[in-house]
Amino acid sequence: MTTVANGVNVQALLDAREALKGAPEAAQFVWRASSKWQDGVHSTTRVKEFFGLGQEQEHKSEAVFDADHPEVFAAQDNGITPIEYLLIGLASCLTAGVASVAQNRGIQLRSVEAALEGKHDIRGILGVDSDVRNGFNDIKVTFTIDADASRQDIEALVAQSQKRSAVFDALTNPTDVTVEVA
Amino acid sequence: MLERGEVANSWRHERWDSFRLLTPNWQSRLPGHRYEGPDPDGYMTMAEVTAFIEGFAARSGAPVRTGADVTSVRRAGDGYQVTTGGGEFRCRSVVIASGACNVPVVPPFAGAVPGSVEQLTPFDYRGPAQLPDGGVLVVGASATGVQLAAELRRSGRPVTLSVGEHVRLPRTYRGRDVLWWMDASGVWDQRFDEIDDLTRARRLPSPQLIGTDERTTLDLNALTSMGVEPVGRLAAVRDGRALFSGGLRNVFSLADLKMERLLDTFDAWAREHGRDGEVGPPERFAPTRAPERARLQLDLRGGEIRTIVWATGFRPDYGWLDVPVVDEKGRLRHEGGVVDSPGLYALGLPVLRRRRSTFIHGIESDAREVIDHLATVTLAQRPGA
Ligand SMILES: Cc1cc2nc3c(=O)[nH]c(=O)nc-3n(C[C@H](O)[C@H](O)[C@H](O)COP(=O)(O)OP(=O)(O)OC[C@H]3O[C@@H](n4cnc5c(N)ncnc54)[C@H](O)[C@@H]3O)c2cc1C
Repeated sequence: MTTVANGVNVQALLDAREALKGAPEAAQFVWRASSKWQDGVHSTTRVKEFFGLGQEQEHKSEAVFDADHPEVFAAQDNGITPIEYLLIGLASCLTAGVASVAQNRGIQLRSVEAALEGKHDIRGILGVDSDVRNGFNDIKVTFTIDADASRQDIEALVAQSQKRSAVFDALTNPTDVTVEVA
Repeated sequence: MLERGEVANSWRHERWDSFRLLTPNWQSRLPGHRYEGPDPDGYMTMAEVTAFIEGFAARSGAPVRTGADVTSVRRAGDGYQVTTGGGEFRCRSVVIASGACNVPVVPPFAGAVPGSVEQLTPFDYRGPAQLPDGGVLVVGASATGVQLAAELRRSGRPVTLSVGEHVRLPRTYRGRDVLWWMDASGVWDQRFDEIDDLTRARRLPSPQLIGTDERTTLDLNALTSMGVEPVGRLAAVRDGRALFSGGLRNVFSLADLKMERLLDTFDAWAREHGRDGEVGPPERFAPTRAPERARLQLDLRGGEIRTIVWATGFRPDYGWLDVPVVDEKGRLRHEGGVVDSPGLYALGLPVLRRRRSTFIHGIESDAREVIDHLATVTLAQRPGA
């Protein structure tokens, strides 16, 4: 077997893939978050429980995220802007993918860094021009990877990580979103 | 041999008018039957493939009963009960050779396309003249999709091509047909039990190739040079709008990387086998050019798109098979053609026993091995035999 140590338990992932082939119900996860308005455009969102493998699960500890807007938006800047959270999700998802694929392909990683840039024309959210979309116009991710592999193999890692990324998919493909009042 | 239509039925009735094989003539090999015409490097037209298969049927004396539609196959005793329009059969063993591409696959959201847009599958499509004037959205960029997109663009229509994962190949490499390399280097000989991810190999889309006299490459760079506009994978149709994935660049780089790796394998094979002298120098191709800004949606009510062509693949139809050997995805469960029910066999499916099984010339060795199993295992077990 491989002597590569990227700290990813690939065997567990491969076993899960086999096990879930015959049990699509167990593969149904529900991720949850609950938020509370603080003041102004500042809100706090907490994440702890989720559902998966047929039962309620929880993280080891609760995570709390503050979102606000910067002072140039005349806000208090108690936390990062909501759309910046998308960059966090994308960066961490692709990075996890790079590590997993590298482990599976027997590639030892020494360092993996990514710089993300999301271009955003705020005339959309301000309603200045209805032809401008609200969300990102485009997102650029630049990986700098030091590993025991050729450039071609590293590019293949990055390509494969996008192919299997939950957040890449969620950002690039439309998703049905329902928002209602309880 | 029961055939619901005529000999070479799929070639006669399920292809468009300009259809040509993407495999070169010399590669159309059936047991004891090969292309003997003047142009071994050319590509057969529909009439030529039909004649080729008819020639084989005559030469082999295959006992074909045409017009015999099989409507049911059931397990009965230690064999099978076969029902056809023309009567019933009992047999010990059945070989399913009903093809891998009986029905065009159309995504469920086709139902949400506005009625003003005409929709065609490759089984309906004959040629550009049949379509209304105006824009066409071709969904799917494998062999069928790229060929139809090129033909429709040449007819003067604006063509948008929705591109998901695909297999990019140059038509020729180092002066030889790229499929010569697949054949000679042994890539196509890889056996099903040597392939890491067999499910994936069996679902691999067909390569972006077309058979023309000029042996031109029909990759996405060729198509964009013709004025075809690539967009991402069609992800949904919502409120009359087609929504495309923003992951176009990644499907481009996946295909470019895969092609490069394949060409590396060819180069290594030529070097190791002393073949460098018979072929041209190694080549590398420009990466697929991504549009500056690919469109993420298209208003299907606006009149820009008059027709959608679904080149989204084909699937087999086992509606007549009343034996529980079909998985939840509608695929036959088999091990190299030996189906999971005694005496039941399959031939003619993608990567059945080797990578070459997907193609016409894959049948010779597959048939020999599968029939060998039939003769030595199934028939040998016959009580009293
Ligand atoms: C668009 C397209 C392009 C292709 N291009 C190439 C190419 O360029 N080169 C190449 O090598 N391969 C090509 N292939 C693959 C090629 O078609 C197959 O390798 C080959 O046709 C397999 O032959 P077959 O006899 O197994 O299947 P088919 O040709 O599909 O024949 C199956 C037969 O079974 C009959 N049948 C089905 N169900 C029943 C039933 N219930 N009762 C009675 N009869 C039934 C059908 O009428 C049909 O005649 C292409 C395939 C497609 C779809």
